[in-house]
Amino acid sequence: MAYEKFNILKSTAVPLPIENIDTDQIIPARFLKATERLGFGDNLFRDWRYSSDNNLNENFVLNNCIYDGKILIAGKNFGSGSSREHAAWAIYDYGFRCVISSFFADIFKNNCLNIGVLPLKVTQEDLDYILELVFENPSLEITVDLMNQKLIIPDKEFQRFFEINSFKKNNLMNGLDDIDYLKNMKDEIINFSNKIPF
Amino acid sequence: MGKTLFDKVWDKHVVRSIKDGPDVLFIDRHMVHEVTSPVAFRGLENRNLKVLFPKKTFATADHNTPTLNQHLPVKDPLSSKQLLALEKNAKKHKILYWGLGHKKNGIVHVIGPEHGITLPGTTIVCGDSHTSTHGAFGAIAFGIGTSEVEMVLSSQCVMQQKPKRMRIFIDGKLQKGVTPKDVALFIISKLSASGATGFFIEYSGEVFKDMSMEGRMTVCNLSIEMGARGGMIAPDEKTLEYIKDREFTPKGNAWKNAQKYWNSLYSDIDANFDKDISFDGSLIDPMITFGTNPGMGISISNKIPSSRDQSDNEKSYKRSLNYMNFNEGENMIGKKIDYVFLGSCTNGRIEDFRAFSKIVQGKKKADDVIAWLVPGSHKVRNSIKEEGLLDILNDAGFELREPGCSACLAMNEDKIPAGKYVISTSNRNFEGRQGPGSRTLLASPIAVAAAAITGKITDPRKYL
Ligand code: SF4
Repeated sequence: MAYEKFNILKSTAVPLPIENIDTDQIIPARFLKATERLGFGDNLFRDWRYSSDNNLNENFVLNNCIYDGKILIAGKNFGSGSSREHAAWAIYDYGFRCVISSFFADIFKNNCLNIGVLPLKVTQEDLDYILELVFENPSLEITVDLMNQKLIIPDKEFQRFFEINSFKKNNLMNGLDDIDYLKNMKDEIINFSNKIPF
Repeated sequence: MGKTLFDKVWDKHVVRSIKDGPDVLFIDRHMVHEVTSPVAFRGLENRNLKVLFPKKTFATADHNTPTLNQHLPVKDPLSSKQLLALEKNAKKHKILYWGLGHKKNGIVHVIGPEHGITLPGTTIVCGDSHTSTHGAFGAIAFGIGTSEVEMVLSSQCVMQQKPKRMRIFIDGKLQKGVTPKDVALFIISKLSASGATGFFIEYSGEVFKDMSMEGRMTVCNLSIEMGARGGMIAPDEKTLEYIKDREFTPKGNAWKNAQKYWNSLYSDIDANFDKDISFDGSLIDPMITFGTNPGMGISISNKIPSSRDQSDNEKSYKRSLNYMNFNEGENMIGKKIDYVFLGSCTNGRIEDFRAFSKIVQGKKKADDVIAWLVPGSHKVRNSIKEEGLLDILNDAGFELREPGCSACLAMNEDKIPAGKYVISTSNRNFEGRQGPGSRTLLASPIAVAAAAITGKITDPRKYL
């Protein structure tokens, strides 16, 4: 999928300190009926954003106008459960480009990297600290420097290196996905297939 | 040094290893369903790409199909559009498609093994996290996202970082009334819902050796619920016996050649695992979940644990109990149930229906319980009829639906109403998973059967 190149992101953040947020919460199954990938942002965290009678749930952080930005900060084990890429689409479509957590589920992490959302893993201690800072000061600016793999909070002189493999990093920085790479391997793949018994 | 089962299969399928990046992994079998595929097919068209190996691609409709009156047109216009899209895409790209109403139709992870599409030593992917089910045959099988579906359609490869290896070893004999589902829920309760993230699991030991292929599928199916990429069990005689003579299983010389490869599929004695865990199988009890992730499980006769004993933070734990409207220290036995659900790729196979029928035989469904019995495939449904189970079920006041995912993910009309409790053989007890506001308790088919006749959570051992 074509997506906006990721280089340096400077933004405020939205705190969501709940653990084990699964992809059914990010986008409930009943919204997976579309045959296109756009528009899922409207139903991001649907059952937390709206009550069962479709009224806005004012207590939910996305409905709280103090918090805004392109970075979502979530509790550990974010994105567990169903493999639905719709969860990553919903996050992107809503306007987030980076999710910070202390732990991501594998499939969700891959899905994010394939569509231009950076899953940024920090230690539990750092996560708690950053959440605290954001609750204290919702207009706190956070910088994600992908090139140098650094998470920076300028006001607090906070700086952390984060891991990402160089292949995925290169993809994100150039707006590429794996298909762009695999397309060029076609002959090699066909040759390989002849060696495989099934 | 020796190799693990996982390494043997993985290494055989690596087309190219990218330095400080993922492996390009060749995929033998790609299963496709209506919900996670339309955007992938559209992507192919936008890039002007074709399906590289249509013969290695198999499509079915299951996630979003009705379980009543499948012969009538699908009412929900969006669902019907998705089904139509898959039908068209399959036709256009010459992919085998067992659509709604087809006699081989069913849940993707049930029909793969039924027709010999699932084979030992293969790599299998599908845009569904419970693809791990197929690991029961000694395959590397895992769920992928839609971008990856597009990748596999166009190149028959996925790019994956090789996971770490974990072995879960369980020796001993299971007690009476303890099923494969209980074994899996037990493991998840010990490791937590994220405890195996980054790992691929091999299950070994007497407990898994003794298990039927159906049971092994249930266990491997639930690997994802502790965050693992997948789980697998080394193929043995039981495995080969199961796959022999099925539609897509190799025959004649091809079978003999395949057997040579399959016989090499086990972890060498000196193979190294990144993590080794073992349990005593004789200590496992029938299990049930009480919270909103599958790691929140306990022995059915235990009390809901206190938040102090949890690895999740207190706030998340309490939030979860609050959603369920349960309190710390309460008994699970005796809690009232509104719905029962027997089905899904976890427990929707014939063995599960046999086990359920055995418990309810000669008894009656509790009046205030609504029961949805949904077979995993038409083949399962036919066996239920042929084996006389349908009569037993009907006599006890149960009806049988038509196959599909149904209330496992509640995408079709099979939704548990808000606030209601459902005891379910499926795999996820997330908030709203089985319908907005629904409350799920995961358990084995026999625990679900016992609750169906009493209307309450009941120790299934009473009815054995
Ligand atoms: S039965 Fe449930 S878990 Fe299995 S494939 Fe269908 S939706 Fe996924």
